[in-house]
Amino acid sequence: MKEFQYQRAGDVRGAVALLSADPEARFLGGGTNLVDLMKTGVERPARLIDIRRLPLDRIEPTGDGGLRLGATVTNSDLAAHPEVRRRYPALAQAVLAGASGQLRNMATVGGNLLQRTRCAYFADLSKPCNKRVPGSGCPAITGEHHNHAILGASAHCVATHPSDMGVALTAFDAIVEYETAEGPGELPLADFYLPVGDSPHRETALPPGALITGVVLPPVAVAAHSRYRKVRERASYAFAIGSIAAALDVRDGIVHDVRLAFGAVASRPWRARAAERLLAGGPADADAFAAAADAELAAARPLADNAYKVTLIRNLVVSELATLAQEGTR
Amino acid sequence: MTTTSSVITLNVNGEKHTLPVDHRTTLLDALRERLDLTGTKKGCDQGQCGACTVLIDGRRVVSCLQLAMAAEDREITTVEGLAEDDRLHPVQQAFLDLDGYQCGYCTPGQICSAVGVLAEHAEGWPSAVTGDVRPEAGAPALTAEEIRERMSGNLCRCGAYVAIVDAVARAAQAPDQASAVSAQDEGSIR
Repeated sequence: MKEFQYQRAGDVRGAVALLSADPEARFLGGGTNLVDLMKTGVERPARLIDIRRLPLDRIEPTGDGGLRLGATVTNSDLAAHPEVRRRYPALAQAVLAGASGQLRNMATVGGNLLQRTRCAYFADLSKPCNKRVPGSGCPAITGEHHNHAILGASAHCVATHPSDMGVALTAFDAIVEYETAEGPGELPLADFYLPVGDSPHRETALPPGALITGVVLPPVAVAAHSRYRKVRERASYAFAIGSIAAALDVRDGIVHDVRLAFGAVASRPWRARAAERLLAGGPADADAFAAAADAELAAARPLADNAYKVTLIRNLVVSELATLAQEGTR
Repeated sequence: MTTTSSVITLNVNGEKHTLPVDHRTTLLDALRERLDLTGTKKGCDQGQCGACTVLIDGRRVVSCLQLAMAAEDREITTVEGLAEDDRLHPVQQAFLDLDGYQCGYCTPGQICSAVGVLAEHAEGWPSAVTGDVRPEAGAPALTAEEIRERMSGNLCRCGAYVAIVDAVARAAQAPDQASAVSAQDEGSIR
């Protein structure tokens, strides 16, 4: 690991000032991804600014009936929070489906959004990777890519975003709040991750030097009736090969409101708006669920070894919406 | 001190240790190499095996991804700090009584993790296998399925998992554990 300076930030403005003063500085949250990447040399910061003791560790109601999640709230505290479990159950389930108990006690909301892909080529300094070394190439496209993207990828990068939490946050229209030297700002999570295009090394629309201070969950009535389902290659403690956050409100057999987002299929959590549009106002039955999944997945461009994900996601949409519809009519 | 090292104070098992550390030092390496607390084990050193699990402020974490600097002034408990004098912690005693190990290398991490699991369960935390996470559903019973999920961050290459699950269930029934297993699940575990 490269040597680095370490400073503990006392307040948000101070943290932002410390980062702005050194282009080679990084914020340290739980460290579960950054420290790991520093050990392998993928990340080589000259300075760490520890933000874990900033007063951003609270979950608070917003004036309009939503919730504000502080950036340093741990995954564990998020998933244990009664209001999260009551009003956004798919979010609690998504967080609980990620990592291990130990890692959830360390990892934070802000860090979860900024974690890097687990593409093996990104982590291997002996291999080219356009995300790590722009212009060096993408060996995954012709190589090992069974868990890579089927949606929104480009000829430059087919890596997926590994977050479970982010999938549920995307389904519920979360907004990322941040602070810069120029003052505070916010970004809808839908606009937070940049399209891959020819610059996969540029991952987010956060301004340079910004510190994520929190994530706001707007009041979303349908979220109280939601589920997260994750498929992985072992029963626990593994990244998804496909996942879904789904919320459904059915009234008199007609879809009154629906939210759908997919994980492990794209460079960002994938909001399935085409599917949602097709479902809204229509019948809540298996044919409609399958047609909606097909509409969303029409844009899929699978690689040689990951076409199974198209079927996997389609099946997840049908089964999870059917479960939610059934629960709603009990 | 240089700009890339500092003198810090670590509070480990109730004792304060002041020591100079290179900022790159993980809590795991500080415990083992600097404080001679070798009960905490290094397995993968990348957060995937759980052998290095310790408790910080009562919560289980992997010490291989925890920088020592960032653990300053926090209450660190290692496997060496669980027993009270000659009396083993109920989790330690249950692992001994039920052979919750073979080679023993992962055991300190398994034990610290299990102590964390019991505290989390006592606080009513749900897990990924909890059927209904809404608070109105109440705390899930600590079934074998719940124990397996909650302990999934600790690998055992000897494959002592069956006895480990039994040991965690046994410890959950110890009189001084706040968390209790209902009589109904007890049957499903053994």
